[in-house]
Amino acid sequence: MSFDPATLARIANLARLDIPVDQLSRFGAEMSSILALVDQLQGVDTKGVLPLSHPLSAVSEMALRLRPDEACADIDREANMQNAPETENGLFLVPKVLE
Amino acid sequence: MSRPQHTVAASVAALASGTVSAVELATEALARANAAADLNAFLHIDAARTLAEARDADARRQAGDAAPLLGVPVAHKDIFVTRGWRSTAGSKMLANYVSPFDATVVERLRAAGTVCVGKLNCDEFAMGSSNENSAFGPVQNPWGNAQIGARIPGGSSGGSAAAVAAGIVPATTGTDTGGSLRQPAAMTGITAIKPTYGRVSRYGMIAFASSLDQGGPMAHTAEDCAMLLDAMAGFDERDSTSLDSEKAKVSIWRAFSDIIASKRPPSLGFEGLRVGVPKEFFAEGLAADVAIRVQEAIDTFKKHGATLVDISLPRTALAIPAYYVIAPAEASSNLSRFDGMRFGHRAADFTDLNDMIAKSRAEGFGREVQRRILTGTYVLCHGYFDAYYLQAQRVRRLIAQDFQAAFQTCDLIMGPVAPTTAWKIGEKSTDPVAMYLEDIFTLGVSLAGLPGMSVPCGFDQQNLPVGLQIIGNYFDEPAMLAAAHRYQQLTDWHQQQPGGAK
Amino acid sequence: MTWEIVIGIETHVQLATRSKIFSNASTAFGAPPNTQASVVDIALPGTLPVMNAQAVECAIKFGLAVNGGQTHNIARRSVFARKNYFYPDLPKGYQISQFELPVVTGGFIDIQVGDGDKVSSKRINLTRAHLEEDAGKSLHEGLETPGVSGIDLNRAGTPLLEVVSEPEMRSAADAVAYAKALHGIVTWIGICDGNMQEGSFRCDANVSVRRVGEPLGTRCEIKNLNSFRFMERAINYEVRRQIEVIEDGGKVIQQTRLYDADRDETRAMRSKEDAMDYRYFPDPDLLPLAIDETRISDVQVTMPELPSAMESRMQRDFGLSVYDAQLLTQSRSTAAYFFAAFDSSGEQAKLCANWINGELASQLNRDAIDLVDSPVNGLQLGRLVKRIADGTLSSKMAKDVFGYMWAGEHGGDADAIIEARGLKQVSDAGAIEKIIDEVLAKNEKSVAEFKSGKDKAIQSLIGQVMKASQGKANPGQVNDLLRKKLAD
Repeated sequence: MSFDPATLARIANLARLDIPVDQLSRFGAEMSSILALVDQLQGVDTKGVLPLSHPLSAVSEMALRLRPDEACADIDREANMQNAPETENGLFLVPKVLE
Repeated sequence: MSRPQHTVAASVAALASGTVSAVELATEALARANAAADLNAFLHIDAARTLAEARDADARRQAGDAAPLLGVPVAHKDIFVTRGWRSTAGSKMLANYVSPFDATVVERLRAAGTVCVGKLNCDEFAMGSSNENSAFGPVQNPWGNAQIGARIPGGSSGGSAAAVAAGIVPATTGTDTGGSLRQPAAMTGITAIKPTYGRVSRYGMIAFASSLDQGGPMAHTAEDCAMLLDAMAGFDERDSTSLDSEKAKVSIWRAFSDIIASKRPPSLGFEGLRVGVPKEFFAEGLAADVAIRVQEAIDTFKKHGATLVDISLPRTALAIPAYYVIAPAEASSNLSRFDGMRFGHRAADFTDLNDMIAKSRAEGFGREVQRRILTGTYVLCHGYFDAYYLQAQRVRRLIAQDFQAAFQTCDLIMGPVAPTTAWKIGEKSTDPVAMYLEDIFTLGVSLAGLPGMSVPCGFDQQNLPVGLQIIGNYFDEPAMLAAAHRYQQLTDWHQQQPGGAK
Repeated sequence: MTWEIVIGIETHVQLATRSKIFSNASTAFGAPPNTQASVVDIALPGTLPVMNAQAVECAIKFGLAVNGGQTHNIARRSVFARKNYFYPDLPKGYQISQFELPVVTGGFIDIQVGDGDKVSSKRINLTRAHLEEDAGKSLHEGLETPGVSGIDLNRAGTPLLEVVSEPEMRSAADAVAYAKALHGIVTWIGICDGNMQEGSFRCDANVSVRRVGEPLGTRCEIKNLNSFRFMERAINYEVRRQIEVIEDGGKVIQQTRLYDADRDETRAMRSKEDAMDYRYFPDPDLLPLAIDETRISDVQVTMPELPSAMESRMQRDFGLSVYDAQLLTQSRSTAAYFFAAFDSSGEQAKLCANWINGELASQLNRDAIDLVDSPVNGLQLGRLVKRIADGTLSSKMAKDVFGYMWAGEHGGDADAIIEARGLKQVSDAGAIEKIIDEVLAKNEKSVAEFKSGKDKAIQSLIGQVMKASQGKANPGQVNDLLRKKLAD
């Protein structure tokens, strides 16, 4: 399966990657070869096999651990927001959101 | 002053006897890091901070603190977030990122007494097998030289491997998603272990592929790895995939020591130890030098009493496509948080919100990361999800079942870590798929969540290190480490030092 | 050709937990921006989600409440999935939700439709209910920096139960009845505070129209229905709009529409530029949620009697009317009020119901306060009712006493007020007869009229007696004694 320009554009948009025009063909070619690699899965007989999302569930089914409902008060907003590109009065600023 | 074998065990002994202080060890490590700056192993060094930690360790010792690794200098892969040092994940996206909290691994190792010497270079977001995908330049393998050319240290924990191999610090942390601890350890002639998935908390590890990522130690010896892993591992309530079963609660160091102290194999010889040798690991594509060294290592086990068992892991090659669906799928989602809004790189010029996000990501991420995001996005798309993602997860179960079947007839599985020794920097960087194929022997273990080790087992004709992979069943780290330790008492491959090491 | 309206409703029920669904940040409403957004909620690198046990308990409670107590609709194994899309209020770039295997599948809610004598019950089946995290908020006004939006992630990670109904409602009134019934249930079982202004209970309605007998029409989703009144108006507007579009020869386009209460209309939201592909997949940071029988039975014993069961019990055991029983089971606080009054009144169910649904309701309404803030509590009202039942107070006097209680006199204690104000009803036959004799002697004209067959004339005599007793004479007794005397 080759990665045609339209597919690349659609996937890049979903992934929010603004790939420069001059790199499109190289990305397309690389993606085609990666897909050729992963297409090897198509021939494998997996009838009746359940997908395995969590590796240790291969030996026994694992279940989610639950946390007691306790709220912790010590949130350091300054520290949490110290890497933000732009802030104002405790808000993260982003280019205008249009609804 | 140069110490022969900068091991953790030797450092611990010297510190305990008072012949050296934490400050002295830290000062020496900083000096070596500085002298070996050409390796580009370190991304961030802060001598004042390191020395403060070392003084604290010395004070703790004065106060009677008996933490097992008190004063031992280590360094962390830059995938682990740290409060004091920048945490970049080898990416321009996080070039100036400072975490407001420490990763659990960092926290645990500090509690155990280690002193952090700095943050180590790695492939961007741990995606790569050569460390050439770092936004901050490639790392040099200390075993490279003018004669054979500059060599990759392996990846993605390339900086971690190089720092140990060059003798800068006795141990480092790394992470392994598809081989990123084992393969660089093999390529630089050191020892490393990727534990059972869930042993080491992922909290504070910048995520690549959540169902595969595992942190682990890199050091010269199996004994050092046992000490380090014991400190790193353990239940963490902040990670939902962290294990809290009875098996996981057993101390790795104590179990390892018990085996060594007991009369059970491999304490004396390897009598009773059944070593499975998968025929698929010795197939076409394996470099002749590597095959010979690995076979010699396995023969050493046999010579000292182990029984060799022919086994088959029939889906070894299928681990590559399965992994290169699952890991990118998870990565594409895990890396969505890097959107230029709350942290990380934000493009300077953009037209609107979406353009800002797309430009920030295109500028902030390197090519390999973008390829994996694209691959992952594609395989999760409506219409492809079943054929790629679910199919890969089904193959993953088959691979895990193959290992379980193999462990019916053997205790440990042994084979090569990588098909070749360290290649030249730049040699494979133009073909991503060629690089992916190098991971063939490590990916299956990652997909199954099994523990895997790399142990130095000799050199190829160019004097580049070869690694023996030891694979155990879930929670069998103590037995693996004990077998490797015994092997290291019989051999001295792990004591060899690269000519370039200071 | 008649039109049939088809409505399905999706409701985001905010679960009443102390901490968020995957982090330990507080869920309290109204804190300064980002002071309740933890490193997990902001999605800082290296952070991971850990599931809140209370949110699971809420989901189990809901499952039990909408399935007649049967447990088969509660998934023993459900899976958290990532819904991937980029949006400023979605810090991870994906929302943790449930997709293929939700925590609750099926169940139903019975609603009352029609009014007056034509009230009938209708069952609305539920498709599913799943756990998920809420997003943060984008703020567009009041910022100094031009051309930007501000992001507050305090709400990000608040636990939600999204309840999806089958498209079985056939009118805006049905939809409102469903939403009210659902609101009643989630607040009754205590999994949601029900505060619609603060967004604790948010409905989206999927509306389509078709000519009877034809296949389902194209639906539009109306968002932002934050009150029952708006829901009714928005659906009615949308139905008219769709019918007009079709009757004018057009086609309804599937889209998301926003209700604008000021203009009383729905309008299309800016459509996402690419057809959304959310790329759902199981969240590898979270294992499957396992709910075993023990956990279910542990929750089962904490379940309150559900409103429908209580309503039937009130009719059956207390002889209350359908109307009274429905009013008393509208909320758990109303029911609790009733039972407190019932107990302290000496089990005067009917009288208590009358007072709660009558005098008390109108007082609350007049003063615009909620039952929970009523100055007269159930216990106090019951004691007042007791004095009516035992004849101490006439209902007229009781209303006066209630007024004093409302004003807070004597700590709202009816007996103390009766004592202090000397409001005890006179039921001593001798004393009443004495007054009657005096009145009869003074009103010979009325007596004559009554005896000549003008029954109404007795009202004037009763009035005189009551007046002479300063309102304290037992009116029933006055009536009886007076008739007896006049018959002599």
